[in-house]
Amino acid sequence: MSSNSDREYEQLRLSGLHAFYGESHILHGIDMVVNRGELVTLLGRNGAGRSTTLKAIMNMVGRRTGSIMINGEETMSCAPHHIARLGVGYCPEHRGIFSSLSVQENLTLPPVVRSGGMSLEEIYNMFPNLYERRSSQGTKLSGGEQQMLAMARILRTGANMLLLDEITEGLAPVIVEKLGEVLIALKNKGLTIVLVEQNFHFAAPLADRHYVVEHGQIVEEISANELSSKQSVLDRYLGV
Amino acid sequence: MSMIFGVPVAVLSGQLLIGIINGAFYALLSLGLAVIFGLLKIINFAHGAMYMLGAMTTVLMFDYLGVNYWAALLLAPLLVGAFGVVIEYFLLRRIAGQDHIYSLLLTFGVALIITGVLVNWFGVSGLRYTMPDMFKGGVNLGFMFMPYYRAWVIVAALLVCFATWFMIEKTKLGAYLRAGTEDSQLMQGFGINVPLLISLTYGFGVALAAFAGVLAAPIYSVTPVMGSATLITVFAVVVIGGMGSIGGAIITGILMGVIEGLTKTFYPPASSAVVFLVMVLVLMFRPSGLFGKEA
Repeated sequence: MSSNSDREYEQLRLSGLHAFYGESHILHGIDMVVNRGELVTLLGRNGAGRSTTLKAIMNMVGRRTGSIMINGEETMSCAPHHIARLGVGYCPEHRGIFSSLSVQENLTLPPVVRSGGMSLEEIYNMFPNLYERRSSQGTKLSGGEQQMLAMARILRTGANMLLLDEITEGLAPVIVEKLGEVLIALKNKGLTIVLVEQNFHFAAPLADRHYVVEHGQIVEEISANELSSKQSVLDRYLGV
Repeated sequence: MSMIFGVPVAVLSGQLLIGIINGAFYALLSLGLAVIFGLLKIINFAHGAMYMLGAMTTVLMFDYLGVNYWAALLLAPLLVGAFGVVIEYFLLRRIAGQDHIYSLLLTFGVALIITGVLVNWFGVSGLRYTMPDMFKGGVNLGFMFMPYYRAWVIVAALLVCFATWFMIEKTKLGAYLRAGTEDSQLMQGFGINVPLLISLTYGFGVALAAFAGVLAAPIYSVTPVMGSATLITVFAVVVIGGMGSIGGAIITGILMGVIEGLTKTFYPPASSAVVFLVMVLVLMFRPSGLFGKEA
């Protein structure tokens, strides 16, 4: 990889990625690249295949074909726990807070996968609510607090690429605003973020680039500075 | 002699003691089943065979290798646990995520094979295991005679049950187990080696059964078929307690042993049916079990 040092470091590359749930063919050849430190969104309608793309990266769907390179390493044959240990933090759409664990147990559950993660203290500074409720049952938190917990949980692990699935879904505007601040802070720390997002107004000011997904394929790539000129294209795809 | 409801106190407390001891075995066995069910979502029909293997290993290690009781208490669960890991790795893993009926048939088949092979070698008449000298005799408590070994069985079983409960509810490893019970796929996505955790959990669950087998060796007849009869009652205990509840498995186990013992005192003909009667009642009024979470 040293010969590529003048190019930006490619942290994730999907090539011709197909994914299947049983008989249903969900992803039809996804091609995308995410460089280190970038915040990239996957936009699209419900059922377009955005969440499945994240799950396919984690090897959490049924059958897959194609190629997924993480830090230049092919990962198609890796088990999910090996993928996480490459520095990938995954925050699922349903948040995945464990009801049989306390808030603090939820927070410290994922093992540290590399150095440079946030300490428990830093996390509690970023999310004071979680500190106050650290001994509550995980699922007794409000939706917003659960989302904070789901995010905070992967920040502790030192993962340097976050896959975040619909983190603003169903949350109050003030919480969404807080999540936006958190994402900016993480981006400033140099983390790579792939964001699946329905709320385009949340994603637009944060992202470097957007991929539009439709019918399991990338149909458009829009960089942040093209956003205004391509707004009509985007509106057509998102149906807003 | 003092009487309670027309029954001499000595008889009543004697049956109560037997009930508590049987209950301690039920607790150890249903605890192992609950641990396995929690993470693997399978009903381990090979559990009785693992209990029997624990007892048989104890006897055979003593007869052929001179391994004493205390060493067997450690070695038999380790050996049977390792055997469990092998079974998980080569058999159970291949049907993970399939319908319950497959794991049920597979573990039942494993139990039949193990039992059949041992019956072929040792018959069903039972092997002798001599109680360690230090446990011979007992103490007169005034209202009843307490054999030392029976007291030890109760203490040992309760200690192991408590240690297991503590490990699952209060430690980091236990947090993995609890979380894995809810969503093992997400756990693996966090970088936790879930396949390994599953193998070790199955090994640990059957090791608990083997530990019960070692405890049973000096007081019950050790035969290749000793597991099958016990297992049926243990399944009823698990149903009563609620599948997957750790504390529930322990408490229900002891409770059912005591109820069985009391029934034996007051109405002996019903003693082997009473657990199933309780099961029917629990299923009618609280289908998820006394300690089970409502679905």
